[in-house]
Formats: sequence, structure tokens, C-alpha cells
Amino acid sequence: MNAHRGDTLTLDVPEDAGARHLLTRFNPAAKLLAALVLALGLVPAADPVTGAVVLAVVLAVVPVSGVDRHTLLVLGVPFLLMGGSTLVVNLLYGDQGADGALGAAVRVLAIALPGLLAAVSSDPTDLADGLVQRLRMPERPAMGILAALRLVPLLADQWRTITLARRARGISAGGNPIRAVALFFGRLFSLLVRSIRTGTLLATAMDARAFGTGPRTRARVSRWGRGDTLLVAAAPALLAAAYAISHSAGTLVLLWT
Amino acid sequence: MADVRLSGWGWRHAGRSAHALRGLDLDIRSGERVLLLGASGAGKSTLLHSLAGLTGPDGAISGEQEGTLLVDGRPADRGRGLVGLVSQDPESQLVMARAGDDVAFGLENLGVEPARIWPRVAHALDAVGFPYGPRHSTGALSGGEKQRLVVAGALAMRPRLLLLDEPTANLDPDGAALVRGVLRNLLAETEATLVLVEHRVAEVVDLVDRVVVLEPGGGVTADGPPGEVFARHGSELAERGVWVPGHEPAPHVDPAPGGAPVLAAEGLSARTPVQLGARGGRRRTVLEGVHAEVRAGTATALVGANGSGKSTLLTLLAGLDRPHRGAVVPRGALAEADRRPLARWPAQRLARHVGTVFQHAEDQFVTASVREELRFGPLRAGLPAAEAEARVDELLQRLRLDTLADVHPYTLSGGEKRRLSVATALGSGPSRAPAVLALDEPTFGQDTRTWSELVDLLAALRSGGSAVVMATHDLLLQRHLTDTRIRVGGGGVRVDEGRTA
Repeated sequence: MNAHRGDTLTLDVPEDAGARHLLTRFNPAAKLLAALVLALGLVPAADPVTGAVVLAVVLAVVPVSGVDRHTLLVLGVPFLLMGGSTLVVNLLYGDQGADGALGAAVRVLAIALPGLLAAVSSDPTDLADGLVQRLRMPERPAMGILAALRLVPLLADQWRTITLARRARGISAGGNPIRAVALFFGRLFSLLVRSIRTGTLLATAMDARAFGTGPRTRARVSRWGRGDTLLVAAAPALLAAAYAISHSAGTLVLLWT
Repeated sequence: MADVRLSGWGWRHAGRSAHALRGLDLDIRSGERVLLLGASGAGKSTLLHSLAGLTGPDGAISGEQEGTLLVDGRPADRGRGLVGLVSQDPESQLVMARAGDDVAFGLENLGVEPARIWPRVAHALDAVGFPYGPRHSTGALSGGEKQRLVVAGALAMRPRLLLLDEPTANLDPDGAALVRGVLRNLLAETEATLVLVEHRVAEVVDLVDRVVVLEPGGGVTADGPPGEVFARHGSELAERGVWVPGHEPAPHVDPAPGGAPVLAAEGLSARTPVQLGARGGRRRTVLEGVHAEVRAGTATALVGANGSGKSTLLTLLAGLDRPHRGAVVPRGALAEADRRPLARWPAQRLARHVGTVFQHAEDQFVTASVREELRFGPLRAGLPAAEAEARVDELLQRLRLDTLADVHPYTLSGGEKRRLSVATALGSGPSRAPAVLALDEPTFGQDTRTWSELVDLLAALRSGGSAVVMATHDLLLQRHLTDTRIRVGGGGVRVDEGRTA
């Protein structure tokens, strides 16, 4: 299908995207699979070097991931905080010393970053298609999650409205932190009631369109190219290289040694 | 195409003691266009859901059925391309993130061969005049565009029976007119049987050739061609709350006393809230340098298309949110309570002087019973318990909620919820009325009885010197109860003084 020009696309990727959007051209399932391999493969490595090699390579992919600066900023801050806090906690309470603490921090980042990149560089619909068609994930929950994702902005609007409505009724914490927490949960409950209602309506609408009445066909084909196979193959190759470098540098420490 | 046959049919929702419908006998011939009417609570939506096969043992809606309901001689069977359903709220009917994918969703569920899906999607989008391509984000559409997409999704399945449940109720007048135009064209082409539920009869009466009136908890009370039914039962229907052409309510309201300004918007600018998600898009300016005044003893209508910023303006005038720039400042008597901009008032003080009625009444309920809900404001305002109790009893009487005092607010009907939400916005003032009452689409989805009660109540408040400010699409409400009209659009406002029609 042709993308109509001037449309608001769900993900702003032109069909003839340049190198900056390299990562968005892979099948989301391939990206997720590669990220999973890297994450699992890094679990045994307790030293900073192995993780650092993987982290460095994955960081090098960021400029071509097609993820815009705004998103990087929004996601990057908690990401760095996560690494920083792992470092501090392990420095203070760990029994592996500074090296062990640095290793833990680098490993956390190296495990998290590939998954994060895979997620934000993929369109949710394409991701669901990839998971169902390529990784054989069951279809009903995949479609359900996709439909629920569409409701997230709606939920944000409802949260805002509930907050305003509390003020209209004269309810405020007035600087009392305990009251603020109680009020927060009150609002959360209201939101829950609203979102259950919206979810029920959506489920009814999906049923009315024959969802779950029999075998489905698929309007979209989740394509798997040679590049996708290469990407998945690159993950164990990168792991092997990282372990080899760390081993030859004499820094390799495995978790159970 | 499809014919419908109901005999002795009834439905009781799970957990309710009374039947929504009972003893219903109705035959709809293939290709007929039927308008279903009845007071709110007459089970019209329930009947549509049952015809769509949503109330069966595997259906989404649970309850107990009696009698028989047959579509094309068989029990209503969920989906399988027989029935298409379009409901009120487009927001909770779209499933996918991209327009084309959403239309394709139903076809995938029917097991349509993939090669045939996209031509049918393109045809359906074309048929409803969808102005964008299939990759357009469903989140970036206006209400009217969304509802057109919902119609396309139902249409692509080529239903033999098309069910429309107030398809334009949630739309602004322009959006509603667009969708009605689409439906008119479609019905001229398709041979599908149509069953339509719509409160605003005048706008759809030319789409149908038969009108069926349902009795709450009962069966059919009137049935025939539109002209005949309205000639014979028109005034009786209108009395029971149905919007009948030529029988619109004509409330007698006292003229506005007018008065000094109580609120002033000074150089107000506002932006859309931060969107969740990394691709939420940038914040958009909806109001830019707006100046306006609200006077005591008058009614002000904020009008404009959905998304024009009239709800935002209402929220700011009610002091609930901080503007991006500028301020809403109190004037005259209201300034004696607090001279600061309204957005900086403590919540409790604000609630005593400015009442707000939200579009979804549930949003503003904070307790577990009608009585507690009404007591909440006066007690917090520091009224002695006995006096607060007397005020609650008076409000219960005045808004016909006295038999429902101990009921949970969420279980009330739409009209009852609306009355309660207005009552809670009145109850906490030092006098018995707020200086300003702000309302967001107060008449939305209401039958004629609740509509008339609301107009009477608001007119009485205005006579008492309160300023009534309402964001509304309702032209009849504007005709009967508007002194100043503020048209919102393109970031600015245009103020029309004097009664407008």
C-alpha cells in the first residue's frame, strides 16, 4: 500500500527512509528477538568489560534507530538513573567492590537498551503482526493489547478530567502529604471505574465486528527479509565477540565463579 | 435483506430485578428502515445489542432472555457478517491505530481472503467519504471523522442488517450533519435492513419508513409510518420524554435580570495538555490572548466545533486549571471572597462560589450515595449538620431524587445522574446558589423531560443573579437560554451580545 503524502502516520517513517531510520526497517519481531538474545546472553557476565562492549555497539545503533531526540530525552533520563542507582547501591552494599558495582551497572544498561530500542523503533501494529505471524504468539491477547494501547491517550484525558472534577468539588490536599496520597488513590479508583467502562464498550464493539467467532485472516503480512535473519544472527555473534574480548583482556568474570 | 422476528421476547440484565424489555412482539421485513423510539430506559440499546448477537451465552452482555428473537429465521448470531452495529461513542469503537487497519479488522475476523480485504477497505472508506488515506492515524481524527470510520468498518463487512445506536449523539452539529449525510447516501445504495435508535427524531425521520415505540419494561406501544405515529401519538410521546418533531419543549423562562461582571478573562492563552507516549506530538495552542467577561444574572453559551477549545475555556473560567498565560480574575461581589485569579483559589473556597457540572456526571461523584453526595458540599462549607440536612432534603425534592436518596450515584439513569451532578454543583454556596455555574454539554443525550427541568433550573438560577456559563452544541438550549454567545475557534473568541437564535 502507498502511504498518502501529507498524512499523519502512526510512525513518521517515509518509505524511502535514509540511514537515520535504518532500525525501523527491520521486522519488529527480529528486533525483539535479537534484544532478547542479548539480554539473556549477558546475564552470566559479571565484569564491566563484556557488558561495555555490547553497550558500546548498541549505543552506536542509536543514531540510526530513527528515534527522535524528544523520545531519547524522555526515555534516556530514567535509563541513566537506573544505571546510576545500580552503581551506587552495589558500591555501598555489594561485596564485589568497585569493579563489581560498575559491572552490575553496565550490565543493567546493556540488557535494557536493546529492548528499549526495539520497542520505541517499532510501530505497535507492526510489532503485534510480527509477534503473531513470525513468533507464533497467540492472536487474541495480541489484538487485545493493541486495542488497549489505543486507549492510553484517552485514559490520560480521563485522569485530567477527574483531577479537575475533584478541585470543582472542593477537594484538595492543602499541602498535607498523607491526604495527598489518600486523594491520589481516590482518583485512581475513579479512573479504574471509567477505564473498565471504556474497556467493556470496546470489547463489545470488537465482538460486534465478529472478533473471536472463528479463524481470522490477516490483512497485513509481516515481512521477514534476509536483513532480519542477519540481525537475529548478529546478536549471538556480538555476544561471542564481547566474551572473547573480555577473556583475552583477562577481565572476564562469570557470575558463578 | 435480513428480516427480524421477535415474539414474547424479553431481557433482564444480570443483577437487575426488573426486565429491560418484556413481551415484545415485532416483525421487521427485509429491507425495512425502522426508527426505534421510547423514553430513556425503554431498552432500545438492549434490543439493538441483542439483534447484534451480543447478549447470547457467548456474548459480551450477560443477562436472562425469554421468548424468541430470530434474524433470518435463526437465533441472532454474533458477527459472521450478518449484522453491523454502530454505537454512540466513536472513541470506544475504533480498535486499530491506522484507519485502513481498523476497517480491515472486521474483514479479518470474518476470514475474508487477504487479497480481497484491501479493495473492500478502499471501497468502504470511499463510500463514507473518508478524507485521508488508509495509513492515517485514528488518534488524529475529529469525532465526526472517527464516526465515519466506524460506519466504514461496519459497512465493509456487508451486513444484511445495519444497527445504528444514536450514531450522531456524541458529535458536534457539523460532525453530526456529516455522518447523517453519509448514512443518507449509503441507505440509498444498500438494501440492508435498518434499525435506528435516535433521540433527535427530526433529523433522521426522512431516513426511515417505519417508527416503533417501546414501553419501558414492556413491549411495543405504537407502530406505523412516521407521519401516522407522530400524528396519533406525538404529544403523548413528547410528554414521556421523546423528541418529537413539532413537539419540542417550549419552556417559559423569566427574562435575564443582568448585572455587573463577576468574571473576566484577561489575555487568556491555553495549550493542549501533554500527551502520553513518546509520539504524542507537540502541545497545540487552543486559545491565544482571549478577553471576555461574564456578567451576573446572565447565561453565556460557549459554542464552537469539537476541539475548538470551548471546554478548555470553560475549565479556565471555572477556575479549575491554570492558563498558559493570562488569568481569569473575579470581579464585583466575587472579588470580595478573594481578589486573586480563580486558578489560585484554594479548592474549598472555589467550590463555595463557583460550581462546575462535567459532561460525564460520574467524574464528579465522590461518595457512595445520592444523599452523601448532596451533603458533601454543605458540610465541607462548614454548615451545621441540621442545616445541611435540611438543604439536602430540599434539593432531593426539587430535583425529584427523593426516592433515590440511598442509591449509589453510579447506578442512576442518565437523566438522574445529570440532575444529581447539577445539584452537587449548587449545594455548597453560602447562599443557595453559586455566583457562577459552569456546565459542559449539560443537555447532552437527555430526553425532553430532563431537558426542560434543566432549563427551568438554570433560568431560576439566572433570575436569582447567578451567572450561568455553558459549553454547548444544543441549538434549542441556546435559543431559550442564552444572553451572550462566545464563539470559540481558531485560537480566539468572538462575543455576540444579546439573545441569539
